[in-house]
Amino acid sequence: MADRNEQNKDSIILTVNDVAHEFEIGDHFYQAKPHDTLAKTLRETLGLMGTKVGCDRGACGSCTVLMDGMPVLSCMTLTVECNAKQITTIEGLQDPATGKLDAIQQAFIDHTAFQCGFCTPGIIMASKALLDRNPSPTEEQIKDALSGHYCRCISHYHVVEAILSAAEKR
Amino acid sequence: MKFPKEYRYIGKATPRKDAVEIVTGKATYIEDLELPRMLHGKVLRSPYPHALIKKIDTSKAEKSRGVRAVLTYKNVPEWKTGTPRHVRVLDRKVRFVGDAVALVAADTEEMAMDALADVEVEYEQLPAVYDVEEAIKPDAPQLYDEFPGNLMPLDAPVFGPQTLSAVVLGDVEKGFAESDFISQGTFSYENIPNPLPLEPPGVIAQWEGSNRLTVWSATQSASWHRYMMLSKMGFPDIRTIGTQCGGSYGSKNYSAQPLFYAAALARVTGRPVKVCFSKEEHFGAFVLRLASRIRGKVGLKKDGTVTAISGEWLVNTGAFSDQAQAQVAVGLGEAQLMLRCSNWDLRAKLVCTNRNASGIVRGFGGQELESALLPILMQAMAAGDIDPVEFFKNNYVKPGDGYYWRDGKWWVSKGKDYSEAIESGAQAFGWTEKWKGWLKPSAVKHTKRIGVGVAVHGNADVGEDVSEAYVRLNPDATVTIHACVAEPGMGQRSSLCKMAAETLRISLDRVSITPPDSLINPFDFGLVGSRGTYAVGSAVISAAEDAKQQLLKMAAPVLKTTPDDLDSEDGMVFIKDKPDTAIPWRAIIGLMHTCTGVGRFEPDYSMPNFLVLFAEVEVDTETGKLDLLKVVTATDVGQIIDPPSLEGQLYGSLGAAGIDTAIFEESVLDTNSGHILNMNLIDYKWRSFAELPRFDNKILETPIETHRFRAVGVGEVSTSPGPAAVLMAASNAVGRRLDGYPLTPDRILKALGKINGDRIK
Repeated sequence: MADRNEQNKDSIILTVNDVAHEFEIGDHFYQAKPHDTLAKTLRETLGLMGTKVGCDRGACGSCTVLMDGMPVLSCMTLTVECNAKQITTIEGLQDPATGKLDAIQQAFIDHTAFQCGFCTPGIIMASKALLDRNPSPTEEQIKDALSGHYCRCISHYHVVEAILSAAEKR
Repeated sequence: MKFPKEYRYIGKATPRKDAVEIVTGKATYIEDLELPRMLHGKVLRSPYPHALIKKIDTSKAEKSRGVRAVLTYKNVPEWKTGTPRHVRVLDRKVRFVGDAVALVAADTEEMAMDALADVEVEYEQLPAVYDVEEAIKPDAPQLYDEFPGNLMPLDAPVFGPQTLSAVVLGDVEKGFAESDFISQGTFSYENIPNPLPLEPPGVIAQWEGSNRLTVWSATQSASWHRYMMLSKMGFPDIRTIGTQCGGSYGSKNYSAQPLFYAAALARVTGRPVKVCFSKEEHFGAFVLRLASRIRGKVGLKKDGTVTAISGEWLVNTGAFSDQAQAQVAVGLGEAQLMLRCSNWDLRAKLVCTNRNASGIVRGFGGQELESALLPILMQAMAAGDIDPVEFFKNNYVKPGDGYYWRDGKWWVSKGKDYSEAIESGAQAFGWTEKWKGWLKPSAVKHTKRIGVGVAVHGNADVGEDVSEAYVRLNPDATVTIHACVAEPGMGQRSSLCKMAAETLRISLDRVSITPPDSLINPFDFGLVGSRGTYAVGSAVISAAEDAKQQLLKMAAPVLKTTPDDLDSEDGMVFIKDKPDTAIPWRAIIGLMHTCTGVGRFEPDYSMPNFLVLFAEVEVDTETGKLDLLKVVTATDVGQIIDPPSLEGQLYGSLGAAGIDTAIFEESVLDTNSGHILNMNLIDYKWRSFAELPRFDNKILETPIETHRFRAVGVGEVSTSPGPAAVLMAASNAVGRRLDGYPLTPDRILKALGKINGDRIK
């Protein structure tokens, strides 16, 4: 909960789901290390376990979060690169006051657009970014936006239906 | 018998019970779970496919920052896995690239990784063998002293003393003499693909004293880490708790290696230890699909009757397997479901080689056997110009037909005739219009040729093994199911709640199920095969019925009538003839009481399930690229429990080392070094959103008598018919018999005579 104006020289401010966190950069256990990935910081330091790490090599899409509204692979993004960025994770989609789910989350429930659910947070974040910039995507545009997301259970067909219906309702 | 047409929940899509947790990121998977004082375990792995450890020095690693324990073959517990038990936690000999050499527990994962680099090992390299037939030659390198010739025993009593390892029936010589067409050859399904759930396997182990072990794990079948591991670990009291499981497809029924490592490190440190494999370890040191090769011969009559099947089925387990004997038994059973035939002589051989181990994968032996057997059948069908759709209609097991099942016993099908399901799939696919005959494309456009294929698969496992459940009625009109059932993605925990809610006529949101924990639940074998709906479901339903009977019995004196005159709905017991005379559960049960019913399901192998899969592919004869255009599956499930969950299972044929093992999925094993060359999600190919075929499922609902809601399960089998169907479709497209999985562009171009390069062997 740091004020950006008072930011330390060797620190960064990472805003996650509208909450600002200041991290010192260094090699001590209490510091954010220069080689820490955003996924690691989100999960291990901030306890935001909703971001899933499937391959840890930028190939499966499961760790997708939004950086200033655009999808990024948090396993391939260094925390030190995220100074002054707005990060949104799956935990940040629900309305904090009412607890109401985002329309995409509700559509995923209504269409059972998941099986094991491990790829779901990443797919929902990528879908959110898509619908924010293209409110009525075609089926092809949805498939294209999600082509980097690995889903081994094969919930793809239900996911596409869910996103189309969320787009209609938004 | 009449069935109610209108159910409240059965057959209707209802939200998964864990849906909100999943879409909000709150569902807890094994990597998300932290225990107080927990350490992290990491594994040092062999760079060589076959070697002896001459010297191992851990002194530097032990002094490394944050390290709490280092284990080698010299000081690990004497636990053993494999069938029969022969695979130590760590051994002086390593048998595949990636085999475990040393274990480290440290305060953080990074510290454990750092310490691995400080373990000094000297190896003496040994010659390695990878090919199943090379491995059984007299001068082949030997993996285990106790298994000469690299032959694994097939007489392990995994399903009792007569566990099936061969199908021998009738007189094959007579059968071949009666046939009009004989086809023979050697065909393989050996691309050792990886089921590859997104979440790698992981375990947390914690000891209380020396004999009580608690295991948290990403598992498909929560009880397995107790019941399968007890005998492997000297019978400690194991409590197993399943976390939300990020996919399994068989592979994470249990995770013997991660469990051994975590439990060994937890024992020596006295602290909980988490061992979660990296994706690379998941690729190279967890489990692959069995490799399968057949030297076989099939005889057919002109009308498509199969007169004889003979051959040798060579199964390559890699360095070891816990479940290969079981897969051989089930696979041989499934071949008999696929092919009605009076004369069999099909014998299995189980062989170990120097590559990563094999484990459980959807298809469980049958996919492996049938994908290699079907090319031989296709040759025979082509010789007789037999339409494969008609062939499968005639030859899939019918009610009254018998088969040797996994236990070696003769079972007679009480199931259904699936011809109607095949016909409905054929119509939805447009088979009659598209099928032009063997090795004939349905359409040709410049260099692109379209072809169609079909295959079937079934399993008599819907009623396999034992399930027990309790159903507890609470005075506040809620219901708690006690059943040891995990959630690896099928939605079965939610479907069981639906079955209980329907049986008790109570709102679904008042029904919940206990966590998958062996301490608080009775025995359940797990979500193995397609047993969830029929076996587990029947146990829960009978527990619910038992609870209801007890409730009505208690209510009868209060309402001054007999239990038979009573029923219950929405937490109220009422007199059937006078529905206004009703009292709430709490007035019957009592506020500080509960009413618990008990249910059990005993195994029954007389109910085969079924799936037919039609595939349409396009092959570019210039580039060799094969595209999957359209898939239609068809089956008969008696009664759908939850439509989207069932569809998800059927769409799953595109995942988990299924249909795409005929197109691009494979582990590329370099037989010079023993390394798998594509151990990442870029080089290991998988189907993306951008390449989805049109996909249609035709699901018939012809009621079966033996399930309360007339349902049978079908989930497991969906991956199995795909590879053979694609092989047939691609062969028809290019007008030439294609062989070898997967049909990558190089294989296709070579078959077309456009390149002459051999694959690197």
